[in-house]
Amino acid sequence: MTVVNWLKRNLVVIAGLLTLAYLLLPNVIVTIFSFNKPKGRFNYQWQEFSTAAWRDPCGVSDMCGSLSLSLQIAFWATVGATLLGTMIAFALVRYRFRARGAVNSLIFLPMAMPEVVMAASLLTLFLNLGAQLGFWTILIAHIMFCLSFVVTAVKARVMSMDPRLEQAAQDLYAGPVQTFVRVTLPIAAPGIAAGAMLAFALSFDDFIITNFNAGSTVTFPMFVWGSAQRGTPVQINVIGTAMFIIAVLFVLASMAIGNRRKKQKA
Amino acid sequence: MATVTEAPPLAPTPEEPKPPRKRGRWTPYWLLLPGILWLLVFFAMPMIYQASTSVQTGSLEEGYKVTWHFATYWDALSEYYPQFLRSVLYAGSATILCLLLGYPLAYLIAFRAGRWRNLIMILVIAPFFTSFLIRTLAWKTILADGGPVVGALNTLHVLDVTSWLGMTEGDRVLATPLAVVCGLTYNFLPFMVLPLYTSLERIDPRLHEAAGDLYARPVTTFRRVTFPLSMPGVVSGTLLTFIPAAGDYVNADLLGSTDTRMVGNVIQTQFLRILDYPTAAALSFILMAAILVMVTLYIRRSGTEDLV
Repeated sequence: MTVVNWLKRNLVVIAGLLTLAYLLLPNVIVTIFSFNKPKGRFNYQWQEFSTAAWRDPCGVSDMCGSLSLSLQIAFWATVGATLLGTMIAFALVRYRFRARGAVNSLIFLPMAMPEVVMAASLLTLFLNLGAQLGFWTILIAHIMFCLSFVVTAVKARVMSMDPRLEQAAQDLYAGPVQTFVRVTLPIAAPGIAAGAMLAFALSFDDFIITNFNAGSTVTFPMFVWGSAQRGTPVQINVIGTAMFIIAVLFVLASMAIGNRRKKQKA
Repeated sequence: MATVTEAPPLAPTPEEPKPPRKRGRWTPYWLLLPGILWLLVFFAMPMIYQASTSVQTGSLEEGYKVTWHFATYWDALSEYYPQFLRSVLYAGSATILCLLLGYPLAYLIAFRAGRWRNLIMILVIAPFFTSFLIRTLAWKTILADGGPVVGALNTLHVLDVTSWLGMTEGDRVLATPLAVVCGLTYNFLPFMVLPLYTSLERIDPRLHEAAGDLYARPVTTFRRVTFPLSMPGVVSGTLLTFIPAAGDYVNADLLGSTDTRMVGNVIQTQFLRILDYPTAAALSFILMAAILVMVTLYIRRSGTEDLV
């Protein structure tokens, strides 16, 4: 009876944890299979334990090249989308102007569009213009679809900002530039950082839009896609595991910094 | 483009009670210019190019010309309507599964996690940063023929039921609709959990206590208080799951077979392999229009305006 009662009371917790397990199961499998020594081309069945792939992560030809290309694209896409997105977010929150509704719709539509539609339409544009598909077309596409997400993230933060703080700075004879650099920007920073992080993750992981607009250039997700047909090297699992660990550490670190700031203020 | 411009602002911004500034009348336009130009040139203009491509005829060798050949739309629809229906069916199933699975997790993070909240949040977000293709491929291992998952489902006679429903074939899961729906559910689950969590977190826990004080049982509290208040999260979560799932072709390709192809797969093949641009453009336009119509109707019906 008590067991049944306990189960009843914690039903939500149990169901939630099961969902979490479902969400993380593939990551566990990826980690386990990064220590596999597969027979043949495909790494789908457990054979025997080996650390060979971890000792030689770049042992597969072209893989690390595609990885570094993806990192470069993600970096520049983050810079571009964050810059353009932050400007739009400030304009939308801080100013009243004509065409606000139209601008809001234009920002929202890319997020409400299936990726394959954007990918295909962008390809028709590039084909019509006779553009050379490659690094630049990928970068253009990535900045385009990351932009809306940055705007949304920064807008949320700027909207919750107290405008009186800036008025106070101006009352204390700070110029517009000084107010922006010393007051506005530091307060908006967490929103901008969240937008930038999202842009980086979206760009680094994008497959569908890149697949359409990359031509013969191979980014890391495209390398993984190709290897699913040809045979997946264990090194792919090593990269997947490393990315997961780095992401967790990164988020933990940024949370720790945030907590310390809060304590300093208190 | 008509469908695009006529679409209502799907995510209306909450009220912004900021006083208008007198100084710098042109400042907002300068701030907007580069980003909006980028979106107009690389998002809106491509849509126009795609619309024009869809009514062209010709061949790759001789070039295409706009001939207002609307029959392409009809031909594309009559040839590929099974893939369209499949996309709606798979994406719809995945969305419902995401809601059923994601709600308890979001509820757990919002109300029951305590000091574990941050850790669970990290574990929900972290997969975003690791390649989703690698994780989707991992499902091939998990659902492998004769593997533990398939064995367990067989022992529990689940596969008999799903086979009867046409979701699986024999004692296989891989290369069946079930595998594709499972992959879609998995891939878009965080997009359901995060908005649900955001709207659940805004609920004042005292409302739960009040419901309890008024002798509402937990189930009644959930049905009458918690769930209605989380509706904005439910609406935006289902949209964020359904829209990308309907256009996805990665799951159907990696986990499915030729019998599980969705619209995305057709568009991808037409565009990148067969190079039949008018048909591909028409298909992608139909998909876009269908989704915009469905989303608009859904938002009207659910009657919630504050989505973000």
